Amino acid sequence: MHDLSLREIAQGLAQGNFSAAELSQHFLQRIAHHDVRLNSLVTVNAQAALTDAAKCAKGDGALAGVPLIHKDIFCTRGIKTSCGSRMLDNFVPPYDATAVAKLSAAGVITLGKSNMDEFAMGSSNETSFYGPVKNPWDESRVPGGSSGGSAAAVAAGLAPAATGTDTGGSIRQPAALCGVTGLKPTYGRVSRYGMIAFASSLDQAGCFARSAQDCAALLQVMAGFDTRDSTSMNEPVPDYLAALSGVIKGLKIGLPKEYFAEGLEPGTRAAVDTAIAELKALGAEIKEISLPNTHLAVPTYYVLAPAEASSNLARFDGVRYGYRCENPESLEDLYQRSRGEGFGREVQRRIMVGAYVLSAGYYDAYYLQAQKTRRLITQDFRAAFDEVDIIAGPTTQAPAFKLGDKLHDPVSMYLNDIYTIPANLAGLPGISVPAGFVGGLPVGLQLLAPWLQEGALLNTAHAYQQVTDWHTQQPPGFA
Amino acid sequence: MSLTPDQVRKVASLARLQMDDARIDEYTRELSGILDMVAALEAAPTVAVAPMAHPLDLHARLRPDEVTESNLREAFQAIAPAVADGVYLVPKVIE
Repeated sequence: MHDLSLREIAQGLAQGNFSAAELSQHFLQRIAHHDVRLNSLVTVNAQAALTDAAKCAKGDGALAGVPLIHKDIFCTRGIKTSCGSRMLDNFVPPYDATAVAKLSAAGVITLGKSNMDEFAMGSSNETSFYGPVKNPWDESRVPGGSSGGSAAAVAAGLAPAATGTDTGGSIRQPAALCGVTGLKPTYGRVSRYGMIAFASSLDQAGCFARSAQDCAALLQVMAGFDTRDSTSMNEPVPDYLAALSGVIKGLKIGLPKEYFAEGLEPGTRAAVDTAIAELKALGAEIKEISLPNTHLAVPTYYVLAPAEASSNLARFDGVRYGYRCENPESLEDLYQRSRGEGFGREVQRRIMVGAYVLSAGYYDAYYLQAQKTRRLITQDFRAAFDEVDIIAGPTTQAPAFKLGDKLHDPVSMYLNDIYTIPANLAGLPGISVPAGFVGGLPVGLQLLAPWLQEGALLNTAHAYQQVTDWHTQQPPGFA
Repeated sequence: MSLTPDQVRKVASLARLQMDDARIDEYTRELSGILDMVAALEAAPTVAVAPMAHPLDLHARLRPDEVTESNLREAFQAIAPAVADGVYLVPKVIE
């Protein structure tokens, strides 16, 4: 039952092949059996899940009875929401995030909350207060981050779908490293209300599943204008499933030469080249393009994101919710020790970088400059999309690295996100789909589309998945 | 860009993060490394370029000045570290 697609789940439930309760029970048993190895979940919501599943009636919603895991960054009413941090280890939100509410209204059964890099800051899921998540393809390696738990759980068949967030690649990169499909919509497409903020101009909610078709079904529910999110786009939501014709004849696909330059591991390159050839065989026109300011993307991001984070994380002060230090001697001591003890090292690093680049005397040279280079990077994409419909390339430079490999040097970790960060800076939708293996480790193909063109994006991925079966592969040991 | 430990102490203070002396050197090294990496921005051709705050240059939306939410103080304070009579308790500020 754990390799069923969302469509097969809907059919199975409608035909009475299994009940919603049996389906959720199946996944909860898999979680109980397998997750001790992966550590992909912070909280398992077993009792409530089974109660909800038992109440689920046929046709109750587009995703009725679908078991789903939420990244622990989404507020879920009554269910602990930790954001991977000691700071929120005791936090039980009194409300649901809009994305959560929409998925619940569509009938999903929340199985649990997934482990993640603390406050979404990381590319390996090693900074979590709850310990690292392991990659189901090789448990000595990272699953990627920050949505490592969601990616690992879907890859290992612990749930058919999971939510994630992507600020610099945190859905696409773990999707690539874990061999699943991961979608980041256009900035503003999915409400950020109730999604604990890291970098407000970059954060976006998205999803993991085993196919682009399943991601389309999830996006259909998650997308839409929300008056409670001032950055939510007031644009109609098209029918994403109807856009999946599987036909991409004549589609112009651009390959940025900067994404195929030095640093790209040869096996990864070979897999992506083969994937591009598949797209060409389907009738797409492939052409080389240039995104000349690509080299500015990582530095731009590591000024803007920490700056925004330093502002967003100022609310965690031990006063109204979350961690409070013991026996504070003064208000200052309350703030300093609650934050000093509640936040992990990477979070503190980024808050300090952010405070520095925003401080008097440095604001112009760093923050303002980064806002300008952000525009240069975005302009590159505008020009590219005048020539092509879709941009394609590798999601990451190499497959999953070993746990502990990059912890000694923050910058080496940051350079992991070189291909994913530009889309966040420009607000573009992007998807990573499984495209092969190198030494038994998954490789991802990344596709980017113009703003609000998720239909074209998902259709391109879907067309690729009609003629390949990388996305159906499951890690050995989790059958 | 090499930071000094004093600069790191100052930034930690701005960010209200208690900093152990044992950690200062490590953070100084790490933050300096990060700032070295972002120094690449200095050379970027941004003379005639406007800053971009939002990927689509949208501006914050306004709404009518109407009450749309209800008072949920009890629910919000149920999860607070220390409350009394509807206020949040902190160490005394005024002598």
